[in-house]
Amino acid sequence: MRKRNSLKYLSAMTWLTAPLLLSGCGSALMDPTGEVGQGLKSLIITAFGLMLIVVIPVIVMTILFAWKYRSTNLAAKYTPNWEHSNIIEVFVWAIPAVIILFLAILTWQTSHEYDPHKPIASADETMTIDAISLDWKWLFVYPEQGIATINELALPVDTPVHFRVTSGTVMNSFMIPTLGSQIYAMAGMANDVYLEGSETGTFRGRSTHYSGAGFSEMLFDTHVTSEQDFQTWVDKVKQSPDTMMFPQDYDQVAKPSIAAPIQYFSQVSPNFYEDLIQSYKAGHGGPSHGEHNEAQEPSMPMSAQAAE
Amino acid sequence: MFGKLSLDSIPYHEPIIMVTAAAIAIIGATVFGLITYYRKWGYLWTEWVTSIDHKKIGVMYFLVALVMLVRGFADAIMMRTQQAIAAGGAEGYLPPHHYDQIFTAHGVIMIFFVAMPMVIGLMNLVVPLQIGARDVAFPFMNNLSFWLFAAGMILVNMSLVIGEFAKTGWLAYAPLSELKYSPDVGVDYWIWALQLSGIGTTLTGINFFVTILKMRTKGMTLFRMPIFTWTALCTNVLIILSFPILTATIVLLTLDRYLGMHFFTNDMGGSQMMYVNLIWAWGHPEVYILILPAFGVFSEVIATFTKKRLFGYKTMVWATAAITVLSFIVWLHHFFTMGAGANVNAFFGIMTMIIAVPTGVKIFNWLFTMYRGRLEFTAPVLWTIGFIITFTLGGMTGVMLAVPGANFVLHNSLFVIAHFHNVIIGGVVFGMMAGFTYWFPKAFGFTLSEKWGKRSFWCWLIGFYLAFMPLYALSFFGAMRRMQSYEQTSWQPLMIVAWVGAVVIAMGIACIVIQLIVSIRDREKNRDLTGDPWDGRTLEWATSSPPPNYNFAYLPAVDSIDSYWEMKQQPGGFKRELATSFEDIHMPKNTAEGPIMSLFGLFFGFALIWHIWWLVGLGALGMFVTFMYRIFNEDTDYHVSAAEVEKTEREYHKRLEMQA
Repeated sequence: MRKRNSLKYLSAMTWLTAPLLLSGCGSALMDPTGEVGQGLKSLIITAFGLMLIVVIPVIVMTILFAWKYRSTNLAAKYTPNWEHSNIIEVFVWAIPAVIILFLAILTWQTSHEYDPHKPIASADETMTIDAISLDWKWLFVYPEQGIATINELALPVDTPVHFRVTSGTVMNSFMIPTLGSQIYAMAGMANDVYLEGSETGTFRGRSTHYSGAGFSEMLFDTHVTSEQDFQTWVDKVKQSPDTMMFPQDYDQVAKPSIAAPIQYFSQVSPNFYEDLIQSYKAGHGGPSHGEHNEAQEPSMPMSAQAAE
Repeated sequence: MFGKLSLDSIPYHEPIIMVTAAAIAIIGATVFGLITYYRKWGYLWTEWVTSIDHKKIGVMYFLVALVMLVRGFADAIMMRTQQAIAAGGAEGYLPPHHYDQIFTAHGVIMIFFVAMPMVIGLMNLVVPLQIGARDVAFPFMNNLSFWLFAAGMILVNMSLVIGEFAKTGWLAYAPLSELKYSPDVGVDYWIWALQLSGIGTTLTGINFFVTILKMRTKGMTLFRMPIFTWTALCTNVLIILSFPILTATIVLLTLDRYLGMHFFTNDMGGSQMMYVNLIWAWGHPEVYILILPAFGVFSEVIATFTKKRLFGYKTMVWATAAITVLSFIVWLHHFFTMGAGANVNAFFGIMTMIIAVPTGVKIFNWLFTMYRGRLEFTAPVLWTIGFIITFTLGGMTGVMLAVPGANFVLHNSLFVIAHFHNVIIGGVVFGMMAGFTYWFPKAFGFTLSEKWGKRSFWCWLIGFYLAFMPLYALSFFGAMRRMQSYEQTSWQPLMIVAWVGAVVIAMGIACIVIQLIVSIRDREKNRDLTGDPWDGRTLEWATSSPPPNYNFAYLPAVDSIDSYWEMKQQPGGFKRELATSFEDIHMPKNTAEGPIMSLFGLFFGFALIWHIWWLVGLGALGMFVTFMYRIFNEDTDYHVSAAEVEKTEREYHKRLEMQA
């Protein structure tokens, strides 16, 4: 009876984990692009493998011991008062401790190596894009190109991008799974993440942190393109009659909407990102709550890192 | 007169809610009618509602937990159904407005109103018996704790029909939970339900902490306590230290919402990051509040059914203590992606992994307890073996999430959902079901049906893997938590597998219900008069089942860890002999103040939610006056006379002899 059960159990396990193991093709995390994405993939696989060293023996021992020392097996040794063994104690503390020691070293190194705030070393110059979460869409501002979009992102291939991330509403999280790390978008906070696309293509990005009714559709396409195609795209955006001036245009797009269509803005007010963050410091509760004070002294936006 | 409350607050237009409400009304009316018909109101009031007997309070906690498990599971299967349908532009049958309430309610109910009362219920039933005490340190407070918890539970359920529940996720992250983004009453229901039940939990923590430290029987030193009592002690330390953080955090959110303050708002210097830190400074220890007692249950079950001492008792205790301490310095791993620097992330990641060491040691200790034992495959043992395998996998995915780099891509995805269900179902639920089957005969004097218990186990185990392994896989394709719909039709097959898993779990829950019905029907056949159906090792099995209200006619003396087992090993064995003389026993009296105070507390909470200010005042005044009455009431205890004790004990022995 017991044997049949454990066999059933094992085969069920194999069946169910199969999709997980075979999920390499077409999976955002197992088929990533760019240095960050690929690094994190191998990190996940390494950590998984290290832990299997202890997980597999535990599962095997559980089934083995339970079966061998079943009450009906009177042939098996029975030591009702045996409760301690120094040798076993040493092993049961040492094995997990050693594995965790390895993982801890790995964790320390990779936490620094893949620190989202750390610039990506590259021969190419890093470009800056601001990602601003709104209800329920993404506003992307290209301060260097002087353009902005809603729900569409384009970046040249092999160019490190410094995403400056903030929110004009509740907390969200900015993520393009194929490219790697996510980072929280919070109103009044300047957060950032460095990412890079190493092959051309279109990758889906989204908010991963629940933010209300339109959360499920807070999606956008990320076009990783050649340098030329990127220029063509920028020119296309510059054709748009709409502009993104702070705060008047911003206030219009900041109004809640679900599954907002892609929109282009040919002009952006200078210091858009800084002004938006600063608006939460002035005590008016964001730009739509009172006048923006132009005369105000520019101060350092509070960084999420300052919260350490 | 009624504040914000009007007839429009009732969601007539939602057929799902109205049908549910009608079903609840019919069941409620039937129960009410039956109680009235059989004239059981007086019995309920004197024997249960006002009872300060820890065993009865424990039973009430567990009963509420089972009922709420059905409610929380209804939410779960609705979510799984929605996600099985809403692919590639399909909207499913639940609009975001409804879906968002459901996943919030599911989390809140399963943690606060299922897992917590199961844990607290078992502690109530078992701890005083294991340490050889006649009741808890503060019996009135124990009754009050339960009824405050019940008031919170009632508020959550009222939100189903009157108004709505929060649409913020179970932890109500600010600023989404602030008035600006959640102007409805949903978050207010969340606030007051959690405040009422949370205060009840804090009182429970204090109560059991003092009980375990001060009321152990003669000879029971700390290192002779049964391991379940040890885990209960650590859990109560965690409750005392962490629940006040939750209460204070919610107070700050309340000030924001009711008095226009700015603790967690976007502007005026509010800090949402502070909210996230505070809520997890409670939230992470909470995880261990739930899992430690489950570890305790497994330790008792495995030692009993292998008929062998627990391997490494001291190691178990120190591992538990280590987890207790470490659980307070890992909270940041819930938000590595908030933007802290590499050093901070690495520190919290490594601290989290270190918890895997004592946890791993515990698992090895259970394995070596089975080693060279005589393992009987009863239902509690099946739950335990299912736990060891499932929890090991859950622990592994937990450590993966604790690596900040890996977390940057796995956070907020279905990987997280799969992970914590992996440890909460595989750990807490399996543990509580093992404990339920193991100690049920102690509470009621008859054993539960093994057949239906095992069926329930297999359904839960298979259902769990079917429901959550697909979610691990989906997370690698970019599937996030809390999605009401998704565009990729390629995800749908796995979502449907997950739905099938939920259906199998539903069968597991049905088996529990059938197990109860069948066992109650066959109670005479399964009667256990010895009080020791499993050949147990600890003191709770030394008394009769169900124990008399004073638990032990004479408090037992103890000189080892498995004291009752040792007594049975003495030459001649342990004899349940009738004592020759009896003494008066000092016991607390039943009390109506607990339920009355909580009823006023319910009014108070409900009135605050709907801004019915006169009722707020009435509720507050009612609580204060009842509390004062209790303080000045000196008629709170009595003596069970020696004659009465003798009568009870004689009756029990007569039944024992008749059976023999």
